[in-house]
Amino acid sequence: MPTYKAPLRDFRFLLNDLLNIQNYGNLPGFAEATPDMVDAVLDGSAQLMEEVIAPLNQVGDLEGCKLDNGVVTTPTGFKAAYKTYCEGGWNGLTADPEYGGQGLPHVLGLAMSEMMTSANMAFGMYPGLSHGAYEAIHAWGTDEQKKLYLPRIVSGEWSGTMNLTEPHCGTDLGLLRTKAEPQADGSYKITGTKIFISAGEHDLTSNIIHLVLAKVPGGPAGIKGISLFIVPKFMVNADGSLGARNGVMCGSLEHKMGIHGNATCVLNYDGATGYLIGEKHKGMRAMFTMMNAARLGVGMQGLAVAEIAYQNAVSYAKDRVQGRSLTGTKDAGKPADPIIVHPDIRRMLLTIRAFTEGARALALWTGINIDLANKHPDPAQRQAADDLVALLTPMVKSYLTDAGYESATMAQQVWGGHGYIRENGMEQFVRDARIAMIYEGANGIQALDLVGRKLPTGMGRLLRRFFHPVEQFIQENVAGPAGKDFVMPLAKAFARLQQATAYVAEQGLKNPDEAGAASSDYLRLFALVALGHMWAQKALVAQAKLNDGAQDRAFYETKLVTARFFMERLLPDTGSLLAKVQAGGRTMMALDAANF
Amino acid sequence: MKVLVAVKRVVDYNVKVRVKADGTGVDLANVKMSMNPFDEIGVEEAVRLKEAGKATEVIVVSIGPAQAQETLRTALAMGADRGILIKTDAEVQPLAVAKLLKAVCDAEQPGLVITGKQAIDDDSNQTGQMLAALWGRPQATFANKLFIEGDKAKVVREIDGGLQTVEIDLPAVLTTDLRLNEPRYASLPNIMKAKKKPIDEKTPESLGVDIASRLKVLKVAEPPKRVAGVKVPDVATLVQKLKTEAGVI
Repeated sequence: MPTYKAPLRDFRFLLNDLLNIQNYGNLPGFAEATPDMVDAVLDGSAQLMEEVIAPLNQVGDLEGCKLDNGVVTTPTGFKAAYKTYCEGGWNGLTADPEYGGQGLPHVLGLAMSEMMTSANMAFGMYPGLSHGAYEAIHAWGTDEQKKLYLPRIVSGEWSGTMNLTEPHCGTDLGLLRTKAEPQADGSYKITGTKIFISAGEHDLTSNIIHLVLAKVPGGPAGIKGISLFIVPKFMVNADGSLGARNGVMCGSLEHKMGIHGNATCVLNYDGATGYLIGEKHKGMRAMFTMMNAARLGVGMQGLAVAEIAYQNAVSYAKDRVQGRSLTGTKDAGKPADPIIVHPDIRRMLLTIRAFTEGARALALWTGINIDLANKHPDPAQRQAADDLVALLTPMVKSYLTDAGYESATMAQQVWGGHGYIRENGMEQFVRDARIAMIYEGANGIQALDLVGRKLPTGMGRLLRRFFHPVEQFIQENVAGPAGKDFVMPLAKAFARLQQATAYVAEQGLKNPDEAGAASSDYLRLFALVALGHMWAQKALVAQAKLNDGAQDRAFYETKLVTARFFMERLLPDTGSLLAKVQAGGRTMMALDAANF
Repeated sequence: MKVLVAVKRVVDYNVKVRVKADGTGVDLANVKMSMNPFDEIGVEEAVRLKEAGKATEVIVVSIGPAQAQETLRTALAMGADRGILIKTDAEVQPLAVAKLLKAVCDAEQPGLVITGKQAIDDDSNQTGQMLAALWGRPQATFANKLFIEGDKAKVVREIDGGLQTVEIDLPAVLTTDLRLNEPRYASLPNIMKAKKKPIDEKTPESLGVDIASRLKVLKVAEPPKRVAGVKVPDVATLVQKLKTEAGVI
């Protein structure tokens, strides 16, 4: 069975040495986040994830969820583990103290969500979805709604869901048909069918708060006529006690490729009572609050699964003896050498590691900017951070899940034939990781979001939030001691990104299909540069630590080697990606649909 | 009743310990340290006594370098009320620890002192027993179950081949065995509260205790590596080898 150890040393390095979170003591929640407190919080949650949540990952995969007459049972152990998680107060890590949370920085929330997802992705989705519901109600709910729902969602007593998709509409929500008919008492009767609802029905909590997109009859057509509703599974009395069962039932569970431990439901709404949240017909705005948080969360899933897959590939590579090293016997005491002696095994392991550690830095940097966007006293700083998060979100979602899936298959490859065998657990990572590229906006949609929405915003304002600091970093460090090895490769890749950006902007204006044709390669190119920016900074920090005579030499030396590997082996892909972007979309659009 | 629990900062039980090249000890550079697991069981038992209304205050004591404070914080996050750090960078052997704890007992007058039956680094299994002797109070070692009944405690002990139940007068010293309880996971609110709980710093000098080493470490070595076995053709050869080579029969 696979095992998991939380990458606590790397978290400490990123939070304390790279992002310097101790410098943000003036922001709410950060004053508490001193390095020793951050250590204690990460240690405490890591212990729970490693010892309680991770051992249920394979159980969840093998058993799956069961539906019996509308009642869903989660796999053995999930309920008890969820209780332990909630009793520990972990569900409220970043939540508003007014509603029972601990108000700690969002960046710590991302770190914990990585650990929980590595330990057990299907399990982590239950609190993950609740968190999305929390965000939406917190941002758009009335005071009464907040007081009624938030404390119980924060404590984990109730969970939440997001209901967007319907059988005929996924990406294009303008097509949705679920109806919300106004009632005399101000509530609405919701009728329709929602599908693919993660954590839509289960036995972990006493109530489930569904956030549902629906149309109020007579409103504007398409996306502009969509409103968001709170639909509790059990009606909630004014004092928070539970009333009658509401008219929302789980009709079936999807049979899926992975994440078997999470209940993916068809939810039938049959005149269910719902309450408007936010303004009528402005539901998409409220839904985006949830979706942006969810997209980052999904990006973390790619990284998280890659991390645990890596750990188990490494232990296998050290343990599995087979053949001899190409340069002569390395372990004469054994009948063969462990396969980690082979360059190609190392290529795979380092490719995953250069990705996960770079991605972790990018994700936490995004996380710190979410904190700045929410909490910085200066509105200009808030805007700048918000812009950066908006720009990075499609990249985190898309690249981290694409590369996360590639990493999971690579880790499976290290296991050879045994990686294909279910009991060993490596193929589960591949199956689980696959969904993250699809849901919360398929990765192609993320690429369109980047080129179609994020690039043009404010005439490239979002873009400049990334370009300017990278330019500045390159100028300041290219002549320094790490310039040749770590900054020059970044500068080259960054120049390619600038070229690609100019191409996409120019061609896209003339013909939107050109922007669409370039979008996925462009996003990947951009994301590689973003990871390169992270790796270059990490290399500088690691080198400085070594120069200062840091004790933990092996850690920093490993960072430098991995940074170099990234620069030499992953970043050069920007060259071929630029060539693909510049090749344009003519071949893609040349064939008549009939000729495919 | 106050309960005093001694907690030691040791190499984490997951770490594969390496012996220093010069054979003077084990390599502690950049090694993960955590609370001795038997002490964790002690803290858990004390916190349960408080939750059951049998104890009024749980005090945790650690002896060691400044970083031992982290170990105290872990105990505070589990629910202990306050900590005492007796700070020293010197090596502290069981007798010195027992003397220091005796000094703390004199000051705090606890109704019960709990220590782990042994620390997983040196496996001495001496401190609790020595403390009981120095303090002149009863001891119940290798506790498997504990019942406080007024000014007495009934303790089920793990002994070779079974369990033994003893009754002791309080105050007393209890040392924990593995099966006494299963320590809880510290909750997030308690981890955050732990930071605000007081830790009192003392030194061996301020307690008037001489901690000079009485034992000398001659050499620390790795256990011998397992060597490849040999296949014997028949029982006769096996018996002969056991007699002549292994010298066991």
